[in-house]
Amino acid sequence: MYTDKVMDHFTNPRNVGEIQDADGVGLVGNPICGDVMKITIKVEGDRIKDAKFKTFGCGAAIAVSSMVTELVLGKTLEEALEISNKAVADALGGLPPKKMHCSNLGADALKKAIEDYIEKQGKDLPESRFDSGQGCEDS
Amino acid sequence: MKLVYLDNAATTKPRQAVAEAMLPFLGERYGNPSSIYSIARDAKAALDEARGKVAKAINAHPEEIIFAGSGTEADNMAIKGVAYAHSRRGKHIITSAIEHHAVLDSVKRLERRGFQATFLPVDSYGMVDPKDVEAAITDDTVLISIMHANNEVGTIQPIEAIAHIAKNHGVLFHTDAVQTTGHIPIDVRQLGVDLLSLSGHKFKGPKGVGALWVKKGVKVERYIDGGGQEGNRRAGTENVAGIVGLALALELAAGELEQETARLTKLRDYLIKGVTERIPHVRLNGHPTKRLPGNASFCFEFIEGESLLLSLDKVGICGSSGSACTSGSLEPSHVLLAMGLPHEIAHGSLRLSLGHETTPQDIGYVLEMLPGIVSRLRAMSPFGEEVSSSSACSCTQEEHHLVKSHQS
Repeated sequence: MYTDKVMDHFTNPRNVGEIQDADGVGLVGNPICGDVMKITIKVEGDRIKDAKFKTFGCGAAIAVSSMVTELVLGKTLEEALEISNKAVADALGGLPPKKMHCSNLGADALKKAIEDYIEKQGKDLPESRFDSGQGCEDS
Repeated sequence: MKLVYLDNAATTKPRQAVAEAMLPFLGERYGNPSSIYSIARDAKAALDEARGKVAKAINAHPEEIIFAGSGTEADNMAIKGVAYAHSRRGKHIITSAIEHHAVLDSVKRLERRGFQATFLPVDSYGMVDPKDVEAAITDDTVLISIMHANNEVGTIQPIEAIAHIAKNHGVLFHTDAVQTTGHIPIDVRQLGVDLLSLSGHKFKGPKGVGALWVKKGVKVERYIDGGGQEGNRRAGTENVAGIVGLALALELAAGELEQETARLTKLRDYLIKGVTERIPHVRLNGHPTKRLPGNASFCFEFIEGESLLLSLDKVGICGSSGSACTSGSLEPSHVLLAMGLPHEIAHGSLRLSLGHETTPQDIGYVLEMLPGIVSRLRAMSPFGEEVSSSSACSCTQEEHHLVKSHQS
């Protein structure tokens, strides 16, 4: 049911871990629903220098987390904010329809981390693109 | 790669002898048992012989056996059949919160058709209390349906005690014995039930065939209309090959039940002990002793079941989980939730069900691979760092005690 790419990212996840002196931290999901993603980022200038993830969740959730950290490396904050959940799923060669809502939270976690960074810098938040629903039904 | 199949509660590998016994009925012996010429009589004779074998294995009369397309169909037939046949006398049904969906959803459909239902709770072992059954009975109750053993956590229910209560109150009692038939002794007279469902592929028979035992004199409204097969109780040309296979599989399972139960119980306990000793923050689901000989069900904290299954599959181990991802809904297993497990723990469930082919080497292999897989996933989990800190564990003292007492 999963693509080879999903299985590759599940089996050999990239960027697992947590940046200790992270510039931004994003946490989304809900353990009751079975998916929680935590993304930590390091920013230099306006570029994302490093990103790591920790995820509690199914195979799709882990692959999505891995993929989003890979996609975001070296991107400017502006470019990073353009990454959508759908783009992450597409980069994985697609996800089963059932997984599109519950497990595909990687871009949301990334945005939260960027939001956290911007807030810490005391800068203005860009127009809100955040919608991190905490219900299991949708996100 | 080595394949260690530990999902025997889902389905079992058919015996070679069973497959061979079925083959002639998919070829030369193709007659319709309802016809009158010789090849039809041959098929009818095979059907009668199969019915006799099934009856013998569960201490029933052959005419009390109705063959069906699956265990699910047998459950549907029992519940809807009894409810509709007795609806003028009453419209209340008692069942438990941990039944298979074949039972649960049949009862829920009847609720939408004007019946009332009580879904009894279970204790932390997944056990129904017969006192609760008695307390739920009203003048309107026509049927009690409680499974013989639970498919997810393996807990064996106090069927005889419930049957005693049902009898005292004049209420019919059905048990879904899909997980127990061919695995623990089944004697319908001793159990004291009125209806019992079983399924061929759970005891090394073929898929697509099950049976319902209905005690003589118990009225069940016909569920599938058409011809007069199965004593006019279940229409449709009989799946002769499947029925022959089911009967032989059950006969063979019954013949080696005692030694196989002893062997599997030993292997199961070796697995449970090994897992709970080698892996921290794990709990056994279900009753420690009153459980199916082949069932080992666990919850691993801080990780999710589907990623556990995928990781096990990578090393050739087949298991199952009650996480939301694998239950096909957004909720984790209704059984684990009914036992009082919080959602986040229920998501981390793993069921390993042992069977006829399972060897001590297989269990050794699981014990070798599983701890590494669990720690790898925990290292990836945002909750994983809490593993080393005992205060972070969200389980109650009683639950800790459960795991600990099992370890000792």
